[in-house]
Amino acid sequence: MNRFVQALSAMVILCVSTVHAEEVVNVYSARHYDTDDALIKQFTKETGIKVNIIEGRSDTLLSRIKQEGELCPADVFITVDAGRLLRAEEMGVLQPVKSKTLEARVPASLRHPEGLWFGLTKRARIIVVSADRVPEGIKLTYEQLADPKWKGKVLIRSSGNIYNQSLVASLIDAHGAEKTETWCKGIVANMARTPQGGDRDQIRGVAAGEGDVAVVNHYYLARMIGGSESDQEAASKVRVVFPNQDDRGTHVNVSGAGVVKTAPNRENAIRFIEFLAAEEAQKKFAGGNQEYPTVEGIETTDTLKSFGAFKEDDLNAATLGANNAEAIRIMDRSEWR
Amino acid sequence: MLKVDSTPRAAWTIASMAAALVVLVPVVVILSSVFRNSDGVWQHLEATRLGDYALNTLVLSLGVCCTAGVVGVVSAWVVTMYRFPGRLVLSWALLLPLAVPPYLAAYAMTDLLQFSGPVQGWMRNTFGLTGGDYWFPDLRTLGGATFILSFSLFPYVYFAARIAFLEQSRSMLEASRTLGCGPLRTFLFVGVPLARPAIAGGVALVLMETVADFGAVDYCAVDTFATGVYRTWYGLDSPVAAGQLSALVVSILFLFVGLEWLLRRSGDRHRATDRANGSDGVRIGRPGRALAILCCLVPLTSGFLLPAGRLAYLAFVGGDGRSSELLGGLVVSTASIAVLASVVAMMLGILIGYGRRLQRNPWTACAALASRMGYAMPGPVIAIGLLICLGWIDHRINDLAAAGGGSWRPGLLLTGSIAALVIGYQARFLAIAVSFVESGLARVHRSIDAAARTLGAGPSRTLFGVHLPMLRTSLLAGGLIVFVDVAKELPITLMLRPFNFDTLAVRVYQLASDERIEEAASAAVAIIGVGLIPVLVLARHVERIRTAGSKGATA
Repeated sequence: MNRFVQALSAMVILCVSTVHAEEVVNVYSARHYDTDDALIKQFTKETGIKVNIIEGRSDTLLSRIKQEGELCPADVFITVDAGRLLRAEEMGVLQPVKSKTLEARVPASLRHPEGLWFGLTKRARIIVVSADRVPEGIKLTYEQLADPKWKGKVLIRSSGNIYNQSLVASLIDAHGAEKTETWCKGIVANMARTPQGGDRDQIRGVAAGEGDVAVVNHYYLARMIGGSESDQEAASKVRVVFPNQDDRGTHVNVSGAGVVKTAPNRENAIRFIEFLAAEEAQKKFAGGNQEYPTVEGIETTDTLKSFGAFKEDDLNAATLGANNAEAIRIMDRSEWR
Repeated sequence: MLKVDSTPRAAWTIASMAAALVVLVPVVVILSSVFRNSDGVWQHLEATRLGDYALNTLVLSLGVCCTAGVVGVVSAWVVTMYRFPGRLVLSWALLLPLAVPPYLAAYAMTDLLQFSGPVQGWMRNTFGLTGGDYWFPDLRTLGGATFILSFSLFPYVYFAARIAFLEQSRSMLEASRTLGCGPLRTFLFVGVPLARPAIAGGVALVLMETVADFGAVDYCAVDTFATGVYRTWYGLDSPVAAGQLSALVVSILFLFVGLEWLLRRSGDRHRATDRANGSDGVRIGRPGRALAILCCLVPLTSGFLLPAGRLAYLAFVGGDGRSSELLGGLVVSTASIAVLASVVAMMLGILIGYGRRLQRNPWTACAALASRMGYAMPGPVIAIGLLICLGWIDHRINDLAAAGGGSWRPGLLLTGSIAALVIGYQARFLAIAVSFVESGLARVHRSIDAAARTLGAGPSRTLFGVHLPMLRTSLLAGGLIVFVDVAKELPITLMLRPFNFDTLAVRVYQLASDERIEEAASAAVAIIGVGLIPVLVLARHVERIRTAGSKGATA
C-alpha cells in the first residue's frame, strides 16, 4: 500500500513537473506550407522547445489576438503580407524586439525599425506572358497593362485577393489615387475574363490561350515548373517578365513574423524567429517553397536563378498597409470583381 | 390545459430559452452594429457593391431553391411510387451528395470543366479548336454556382420529401387514382400538397445553406452577401458595416423562416393515418422506366459521381505526399468533434422542441425561432460573434480568479479549448436538430401525451418513457445530418479551434489556399468518406420506414 502511494505521488509529481518544465512557443500563423511544418519539427529537435500552432487567415488570426486581449496565449504572429503586418502594428498587438542576430541578418528595409516585425521571405508580383504570342525580351510595366493594346488579353485574379490589394496600394503611392483609379478601370476593360481562380489559374489561362499576359506571384510559376506533368506543360508555354525594371522596380511583398505583445514565452518567441532567419531555414523557404529569402547571400534554387536577378520596388511595407482600404475602394469603384 | 405541476413546465420554458441563447447571443452581438455608425463604409457599399450582392444573392437563392426543390421532390416521388431497375440502390444513393461539401464540389467541377481543364482541353485537341471558337458553359458564373449548389443541396429536399411520401396515407393516393386522376395529377394535387410542410422544411434548409455558403460562391466568382460581409469586415476594415450587411440578410431570411414555420404549423392538420404508403411501387413501361432512371441518375451524377470521382482521380494521380502521416489522425479528430457536436445538438434540440410542445407560449416560440437564425449566417460571421462573447466570458472568469486572490489563472477556458468549437457548431447547426425534433414530435399524436399524463407520468417521464423512444429515428437522422455538416465545416473550425487541433477540412484549406488542389484532393476524399458512413446509416433508416410501411400495408 505504502509503495503504491509512493508510486502514485511520484507519477503525479512527474506529470506536474513535465507540465511546468516543458518549454513551449505558441504560434499563430497564416502560412500553410509543409516546409514550415518541417522547420518547426527541426526547431523542437534542436532546442527542445515545443511549438503549438494555430494556422488560419491573417485577418481572422488578428481579430482573435485582439479579442483574446491580455489572455492571448500567442507568442509569435506570422503572416504573408506587408499590409497585414502593418495592421498588426496599428492594432498594437506586437511588441518591440531587440535582437542582434535578427538586426544583423534581416536588411533594414525588410524589418520594422523598432523590431515589431521581421521579414522572412519575399514574393515578387511578376507578369507572365505567352511564349508564342508575346515577343521575347519584351519590357513591361504594370502601368502598360491598362493600355487598350492589351484589350481582352489580361488575366488577373479577384480584387478580394490581398496580393492585388497590395499591388494597387503600391500604385497609389507611385501615382496617387486618381491615376490609380484610371489604371484599375483600364485593367478591368482589358480583362480576358471575369477574375476567377488563383494565380496558377491565371498562368494556366495564358498557357491555354485565354489571355496573353497574367499578373501572378512568382513562386506559383516556380512551383508549376517543378509540378505535375500538366503544370510543367503549361509552365513551358509562358515566360517571366519582371515589370518596371527601368523605373521603380517590381512590386515585392514580404512574409514576416513578430512577437505578440502579451507573449507568455517571449524569449522562446525570439529564439523561434531567429531560427527562421538562420541560414538553414532561409534555404528551406527558397528550396521547398520557391520564395526569395530576405537574408542576403542565401543560395536559392535553380528555378529562381533561371528567372534572373531583378530590381525590386523598395517601397516601405508600411505604405502598402496604409493604402490598403483605399485600394479596395478604388477597385470597388472600378468594378474589379 | 391541465394545471397540475407548473414548476417543471416553467423549468422547460427556461431550459429551452437557455439552449437558444447559444445561437442568439453571437447573432445579437453581430446585429447590434445596426445602431452604430460605419463612417461612410455603408454609403460606399451602397454606391458600389450592395446592388450586386443583393441581386446575386436573390437570384442564386431563388435558382437553387427551385432547382433543388424540383429535383428533390421529383426524384423522391419517382423512387417512392414506381418500380424500375436500380430503384433500391438509387433510393439511397440519392443521399450521397450530402457527403460532398459544396466548396469541394465547386473545386472539383471547375477543375473538370474550366478552360484549361481536361474536358475543354480534350475538345480543343479532338476538334482542332482554339479558345473563342466555341461556346462552353462557364462554371465560374452565377449560373455555375446555382448548378453546383443545387445539386449538392437537393438531398435535404429529397430526404424530407421521401419520408413524407412514404408516410402518406395510401388510401388518399388510391382514392385520387380511383377518382380518375392520372399519375401526374395525383403527384401535383395530392402527393405534393400533402407533403408540403416537409418539402418546405427541406427547401428552407437549402435556402439557408445557400445564403450562408461562402466557399463555393467565392470559388465560382459570384459576390453574394456572404462574400460581401467577409470583404467588408477585413478588406474595408469595417466590422460595423459588415454587421449591418449581416443584419440585412438575417432580417430578410427571418421572413422566410417565419413563413416556413407557419406552413409547417398549418401542415399539422394533415397528419398521416395509420396505414402508411409503403407500396412496392407501380409497374411502368419501358419509356417510363428510362425516364425514372434518368430523373435519379442526373442529380446523382452531378451532385456526387462527377465531383467525388474527379477528386478521387486527382488524389490518385497527385495526392497529398503526407497523407499516410497525417490523414489517420485528421480522420479521428474530425469524426470525434463531429460526434460530440451532434450529440450536444440533439440534446439542445430536444430541450427546445419538447419545451415548445409542453409550453405553447411566446418564450418557447422565440426559442424555436431563434435557434434557426444561426443556420443562415455565414460561418465567419458566427465565429466572430462567438469570439467576442466567449472571450468576454473568459475574461470575466479570470477576473473572478484574480479577485479571489492567489496567482492561479484559468486562462482561456472556452476560446482556448474545443468548447468554443462545439458551441460554434451549435450556433450554426442547431436549426437542423430543432427541425428534426419538431417534425418528429409532430408525428406523435397529442392524444399520446394526454394518455401518458392521465396515467400519472410527469413531463420528464413522458419524454423519456414515451417520446424519446418514438423519436429515436428522427433523432438519429438529425444527429447524422449535423455530424456530416460538422465534418464538412470550415470557417468556424478555422477561426475557433485550439492549438494543434486540425480537421480534414482545415487540411484541405491549407493546401487549397496555396492552390495545390491535386494535393488537397486526398483530404477531400477523406471528408467525403467520413460523410458517407452517416449518409448510409440515414439511407438504412429511410429503408426501414419503407419496409415498416409495406408490412403495415399487407397486415
